Amino acid sequence: MPEALIQALINGVIAGTILAVPALGFTAIFAVLNYPNFAIGALATVGAYAGWVGNTAFGLPMAAALPVAFVAAALAGLAVQWMAVKPLEAAGALMMAIASLAAGLVLENMLRFGFGNELRGFDLPLLRDWRFGAFRVGPQQVENFVLALACMALLWAFLRFSRTGRAMRAVADNRDLALLRGVDPVRVAAVTVAVGAGLAGMGGMLVGLDTSVDPLVGTRLVLSIFAAAVLGGLGSIPGAVAGAIAIGVAEEVAVLAFNPAYRLVVGFVAILAVLTLRPAGLFGTRAG
Amino acid sequence: MVSYIVFLLVIAGIYALLAQSLCLAWGVTGLVNLGLAGFFAIGAYASATVVKWGGAPVPLGLLAALAAGAIAGFVVCVSTLRLRDDYLAIVTLGFAEAVRVVASNEIWLTGGTDGISGIPAGLPRDWGQGFHLASLAAVSAVVGAVWLALRRLVASPWGRALRAVREDQVVAAVAGKRVTRLKAEAFAISAAIAALAGALYGHYTSYIAPEIFQPLVTIYVFLAVTAGGNGRPTGATVGAYLLIAFLEATRFAAEVVPGVSALQAAALREMAVGVALILLLRFRQRGIFPELNQKAPA
Repeated sequence: MPEALIQALINGVIAGTILAVPALGFTAIFAVLNYPNFAIGALATVGAYAGWVGNTAFGLPMAAALPVAFVAAALAGLAVQWMAVKPLEAAGALMMAIASLAAGLVLENMLRFGFGNELRGFDLPLLRDWRFGAFRVGPQQVENFVLALACMALLWAFLRFSRTGRAMRAVADNRDLALLRGVDPVRVAAVTVAVGAGLAGMGGMLVGLDTSVDPLVGTRLVLSIFAAAVLGGLGSIPGAVAGAIAIGVAEEVAVLAFNPAYRLVVGFVAILAVLTLRPAGLFGTRAG
Repeated sequence: MVSYIVFLLVIAGIYALLAQSLCLAWGVTGLVNLGLAGFFAIGAYASATVVKWGGAPVPLGLLAALAAGAIAGFVVCVSTLRLRDDYLAIVTLGFAEAVRVVASNEIWLTGGTDGISGIPAGLPRDWGQGFHLASLAAVSAVVGAVWLALRRLVASPWGRALRAVREDQVVAAVAGKRVTRLKAEAFAISAAIAALAGALYGHYTSYIAPEIFQPLVTIYVFLAVTAGGNGRPTGATVGAYLLIAFLEATRFAAEVVPGVSALQAAALREMAVGVALILLLRFRQRGIFPELNQKAPA
């Protein structure tokens, strides 16, 4: 196998693992609340700025700035849910989706109002890439990768072992049955939105660490997030992870073959292909 | 001042076409098109390239835009029509981004981020004010024609079937309506109207570039259609003119906010658009011209 391809695979797996964090947030909200939250990009941006402020203004290390990103995005996500989306529950999923898109626009411009359009970089030491033969990996890349894995491990433990996490899975699985068993739907919805938005925020910060932070850092991720979630099967947690890694690799490999600008189109093509060939995605069960 | 108002009325007419497009897809048929800006761009580029590079007359360019829009609309919607409606929303959102990326990078065809300038108008630009007035007449005539056509379509048996699909696909299917086909037809026609708007925009302003076709355009049109009433062509059309009035009002309002930079003023305006849409969806979902119940044919 040519070396460039292996290098692209390495980069793709790392990028895909980071992408999995916001994709999990998007798919979790879809699974429990049953609508696509189009504010997900802006929520990722909120997290990126929160983490950046924590890092540059308060000198927090990355592992400590990440919870800041989570909390800020979770609060923003709850505000979006309560003020814009929830009043439209009776009007259906599409109205909720449109309201979330409008709310995302508001969030993005609040950040632009406060921080301007400049690119903001995290306070990071400049480190030399590690070399393994012909391949290279940046230490920062590895740190981001490990942080993303840690986020996912925490989410897994939460869903697996906590009472609330199990209630979330129950609602996603069969809403009526879960309610019959005494699950509080309002609480589960609120926790899901907070966790989903928080994941998006952490994902936004991890991407901001890799590149830089500006008011569109999350919006640029949106297509890849959608593609990851649709490829894995909308609403499927393991699917979002598998989908994200596949999209991450596909984007990196596509850069080898095409103009790098076209990596954005990879997500769109993947969505069209999945919906045409297997709409339920890799792990999904429902699409009709 | 007069030329400023004439310019705004032409732009409002172009938004009226976009609003009519969304009215058919979303208001009447229930198909959310979040990629309106993409179809707008497809039409603008189709007509501009055919007329400028191909030397075709402008009416042929407009036809090319209609065809390109309808084909793009069909291709984008066809894979999702049997799925839950939110899949179409996701696909169209991606479509608009993909169009912008392609327009920015296929320099041989689209001029890349520099765009295409010097697009012929079909009307002599050296008429000065007369050119703008003639353009206003032409664009308004198209808006009026599409409005009449949509009213006829919406009131026809076909339009009734679309509303049945919107309300309940299963019932419509049981009643013998070909749901998938109806949705594809409505979406393709709607996309063609949006593309026509793009073509007119290019010929009028003589310049198009990827940055013009931002996702924000789509949100503007959702605001217009929601304000006017999304189920009726009249509502969508009036909503578009109100939208332009609202956008211009926010421009002046943002300028008088003290101690705010130009960038911050622009951010405030976009916030106002988002907040207005959220408030309308919540409190005035049926708009100024709510859909009327149609009597069943005797």
